[in-house]
Amino acid sequence: MSSNNVASFNEARRVAIFGGTHGNEMSGVTLVNLWMMNSREEIQRKGVETQPFITNPKAVEKCSRYVDTDLNRAFTTENLSAPHGKDLPYEVQRAQEINRLFGPKGSSEAYDVIFDLHNTTSNMGCTLILESSKDHFNLQMMNYIKKAIAPDSCPVLLNEDPGLKYATARSVAKHSVGLEVGPQPQGVLRSNIFEAMRIILKHALDFIELFNEGVEFPPCTVDVFKVSERMDYPRDSNGNIIAMVHPNLQDCDWEPLTPGDPMFQTFDGKTIPYEGAGAVYPTFINEAAYYEKQQAFVTTRRETLAANAIRKV
Amino acid sequence: MERERVYLPVLSRVAVCGGTHGNELSGVHVVRERLKEKQQRVDDEEDEDVVSVSNILTNPRAVQQCRRYTETDLNRCFTRATLSSAVSDRTPYEISRSQELNILLGPKGSPQAVDLVCDLHNTTANMGVCVIAYSDTDWICLHIFKYLQHHMSDVPVRYIHFDLPCREAYSLDSLGKHGFALEIGPQPHGVVRSNVYTYMKTGVELMLDWVRLFNSGTVFAGGLVEVYTMVSAIDYPRERHTHNIMAAIHPELQDKDFCLLRPNDPLFETFSGATLRYQGPEPMYAFFINECAYYEKGIALSLARRRSVEVPPVQMKSGLEHPGDPGTSEEEEEED
Repeated sequence: MSSNNVASFNEARRVAIFGGTHGNEMSGVTLVNLWMMNSREEIQRKGVETQPFITNPKAVEKCSRYVDTDLNRAFTTENLSAPHGKDLPYEVQRAQEINRLFGPKGSSEAYDVIFDLHNTTSNMGCTLILESSKDHFNLQMMNYIKKAIAPDSCPVLLNEDPGLKYATARSVAKHSVGLEVGPQPQGVLRSNIFEAMRIILKHALDFIELFNEGVEFPPCTVDVFKVSERMDYPRDSNGNIIAMVHPNLQDCDWEPLTPGDPMFQTFDGKTIPYEGAGAVYPTFINEAAYYEKQQAFVTTRRETLAANAIRKV
Repeated sequence: MERERVYLPVLSRVAVCGGTHGNELSGVHVVRERLKEKQQRVDDEEDEDVVSVSNILTNPRAVQQCRRYTETDLNRCFTRATLSSAVSDRTPYEISRSQELNILLGPKGSPQAVDLVCDLHNTTANMGVCVIAYSDTDWICLHIFKYLQHHMSDVPVRYIHFDLPCREAYSLDSLGKHGFALEIGPQPHGVVRSNVYTYMKTGVELMLDWVRLFNSGTVFAGGLVEVYTMVSAIDYPRERHTHNIMAAIHPELQDKDFCLLRPNDPLFETFSGATLRYQGPEPMYAFFINECAYYEKGIALSLARRRSVEVPPVQMKSGLEHPGDPGTSEEEEEED
């Protein structure tokens, strides 16, 4: 599916790289600290001001996901417009500060691109997270990254359903890109995961440089996994989980799950099968941080998105 | 020539403990499930046994918050000094709790202490199943280990010996007359992996099977077992002022727990891609490689020497033994 239209965008001059949005996701914390303390050659590109930034320093200090509330859910309109004050939860104060520095969200002064670096305990590999199917700049970037790392794969997760998406730190920018790399335990730095994230970011910044130099990217299609449904663990009346992700499903992110396939295993060994209407592609399988968010995994459906050709204005 | 049989007292009381670190979830769920099963047996009036087993969540506050600990690491609070320290309302929760547990399961070192403590732990390191104990001559622990290793054939099972005298033993399992930690990984903290949970539940059940057989008079054959004795630990290279780590475990070492680390083998990879190598004088076995909770304790990996220990045949002391009893038979055969 190609289009004769070329979408024009301003040069991406102001780019931010966020680490430590969750203080115990160590690849991003380490990379951003590295760039803030040492020379930034690795992330510099001609004509681009690249700003590394630790978004949740208190959580990083404690090596915990958050202090009061999840920063990566805190960028709601309500929070961002709340009167300033020290009584606000720490992360809401941080969200307002980040919105001031890198936004305001939705305005023309906002940063062009924000990359937010995350890790997951799920076996998701190098996943790119997209918040809009109509962001042709982002789609072209993701197409570029996927081609650059082939034959290694780089799944794209699309989360744009208003009932399922959330108000992320990166959403203050015009173009928001989530990098989610796993599996890595919280609080642990694995060398292979660290290097994988670094490589993805390198290609993303290369794309921006090429775009800013005037390269026109032809129309393309991008295969994505679109978030469909959140699946919680079975729980008892006290809210405690009574089953675990089944061994057949554990670590099988992005592989098809068909009705009848094992989904959970109770603590006394019984299998609970998946009983949806059709095949789905699960991901975020057994993410540590999502037990408290009532999520064992999400189901996705495969879609192919069409991206217009793009070039700079 | 086989060693002489050793007679040991009955193991009347066993404690199965989970949640000593509140985010090591296999143990939390094994204990909860065992409590449920026990209640079911009580309800069904099927609760007779040759051993009395207590299933305990040792750090309920940390479990509730899904954190390793709330104020201080509970599993370092069982030294004699900490157990006997004065408490006030400013005493950290875990110290008060260690003293409560000492009353419940101890007192440590006394005849009233439970016979066996099995403390359930998880690690982010790729260690498989490990039995960790302070002694390499505690025949109860070594026989339980031998039994687990024999019956759990699809996962490596190893014995780690922390060579510390009783008075310096700091962990929960030191409360019992015999005790060990059952440490299983890899599992991220805050996650329960079904395979790891199953290994842990199976390990506990096998341990109790062994105890029941032992208490029923079974003779357990002796033999050689391999023991890894902890010698030292290596920290990450750190920046002088911030104390932040400057390198990660080298990709060739990551997940290779119990490999033999030879002088000059890769140890760390700096963030600029340089390899830092092991400088020790002798080859050692590496374990607890990249355990999350040890970053704050200054440990990137631990090192052990390995040797074979000859474990004698054992049998429960019934008070009826005479010198010159027939030699041992195979495991699970009854004595005439």
